Amino acid sequence: MKQTYWNDLNGNFFPEMALDFMPAEKLREVQLQRLQAIVKLAFDKVPLFRSRMDEKGLTPHDIKTLGDIRKLPFSMKKDLRDTYPYGLFAVDMKDVVRLHASSGTTGKPIVVGYTQQDMDVWAEVIKRGLLATGFRRNDIVQNCYGYGLFTGGLGVHGGLEALGATVIPISGGNTERQIMVMKDFEVTAIAGTPSYFVHIIDVAEKMGIDFKDLKIKRGLFGAEPWSDGMRQYIEEKTGIKAYDVYGLSEIIGPGVGCECECQNGIHIFEDHFYPEIIDPETLEPLPDGEEGELVITTLSKQAMPTIRYRTRDLTTIETTQCECGRTIRRIRRIGRRTDDMFIIRGVNIFPSQIETALLRAEKALPHYQIVLDNKGNMDTLEIKVEISRDMVSDSIGAMENITKRLKHSVEQILGISVTITLCEPGVIPRSEGKAKRVLDNRPKT
Amino acid sequence: MKIPQISIFVANRPGRLQTICKSLADANINLLSLTLADSGEFGLVRLIVSHPEKAVTVLESSGLAAAITDVIACEVDAGLGGLAKLLATPAGQLQIDYMYAYPMQHEKNYAIMIFRFKDPDTAIDALRKAGAKVLSRKDLLGD
Repeated sequence: MKQTYWNDLNGNFFPEMALDFMPAEKLREVQLQRLQAIVKLAFDKVPLFRSRMDEKGLTPHDIKTLGDIRKLPFSMKKDLRDTYPYGLFAVDMKDVVRLHASSGTTGKPIVVGYTQQDMDVWAEVIKRGLLATGFRRNDIVQNCYGYGLFTGGLGVHGGLEALGATVIPISGGNTERQIMVMKDFEVTAIAGTPSYFVHIIDVAEKMGIDFKDLKIKRGLFGAEPWSDGMRQYIEEKTGIKAYDVYGLSEIIGPGVGCECECQNGIHIFEDHFYPEIIDPETLEPLPDGEEGELVITTLSKQAMPTIRYRTRDLTTIETTQCECGRTIRRIRRIGRRTDDMFIIRGVNIFPSQIETALLRAEKALPHYQIVLDNKGNMDTLEIKVEISRDMVSDSIGAMENITKRLKHSVEQILGISVTITLCEPGVIPRSEGKAKRVLDNRPKT
Repeated sequence: MKIPQISIFVANRPGRLQTICKSLADANINLLSLTLADSGEFGLVRLIVSHPEKAVTVLESSGLAAAITDVIACEVDAGLGGLAKLLATPAGQLQIDYMYAYPMQHEKNYAIMIFRFKDPDTAIDALRKAGAKVLSRKDLLGD
């Protein structure tokens, strides 16, 4: 599929999409101008950034090329907590038109603010992501992201409105009603977290509804890492196309980047968000193509300019150009976060590795939960796996083979021994937002 | 000639059998036979019921994972050596995964045995050739 500049395949003209195809030299020029302006704004208005610049003996005048970004200090989530609630805002509160906040599972929430211009940029980048994944104004879109303080619901809502699609602001929860709406309102596309959509698939199956009889054709999923196996599962079960949208509240919310119809990586809207990859240990920049921690600088954000924010997401910047012809660079889809990693018996483990192993063994994604515990001074890893109808057999031996198969597959990938416990359906709590895959019952040290 | 048998996955915790029986009773489904198999970690409840397809739906809506497999029901002479005689025929040489007696008041001189053969179609043939009466779904479930 070759996209012809900013016209889509049907010849429709979308000016916003042109930005995705800007010639690379022009894009770098825009990035440098914006970087210089944002560094100046943060330097003048955000005391924490100013003091970090002072420590390094830097002023905004030291940013002469894009490469000079490497001189700048990093920022991280802790900064938002330390300056709670408004310490990183660079504008007067009278110019802040929206606040969002994270759920704050680990202490105080983090608060982020937007000016009207920030809101417009947010809607624009999500619209660009929607366009890139084939959403059009004649779509009827069910938005299952949670509405409220979470950036997902209202963020995607704004982008859908900017596109001119018909938005159903249903938010998360009440799954049977979601399915009724999907059917009765002739929904053609959906947005939400992938784990919640998997739950919708399960419930629809129980209600005897076949996705292939519905009008839904595509879905925009994000707010949590999801594996390629999960995408395959969603697409095969429902016949829709599942696209990944990337973002984080600290930067803007969903819309930092998005896949295109080629589904081979996330295009970063880098005229607004400048990506770098660093080694999370040494903090040294890594060349394109190498895996490391994604660091993002907001190039246009007014209310909360964020310089070199450490996302904790592990990825690489792709070195090849996407078939779609977009000049904005791509990162590999996020499978792992440095935050999600847990260490058991000295081995670093990511939940995504376990998901991959389960998928490999069962060819379908069962509901699962990872339970960490400590028994007799030994860390234990138990994976609870729910039995679905397709897995039930009349033979105990066949059921025991499921356990063996899963155990073997997981142990091969992780290299440590695990316990697999088969559970009845519905025992593992369902998420209506981000999935909580890991339960750590180990005593805190 | 194959009879649908329902298998239900159950965790080893109290009250599971009661949940199963109650949800079936509430849906006016009659239990004809029930056996339990267990592995220590979990169990399988195998049922033959009056309305198998409806039963699966009912059980699933009670949050249980249930599936249907085909078994064979056949009359066996209740007299001394009845089963031994049947198994002495070529039918006894086929691979039987499991079997159990079906405790239903039938004709006085016969018991009903439920067999799970690896290859049910061959088994039906072999049992018939051995002179055994293989029961149809209608004979057993009455539908």
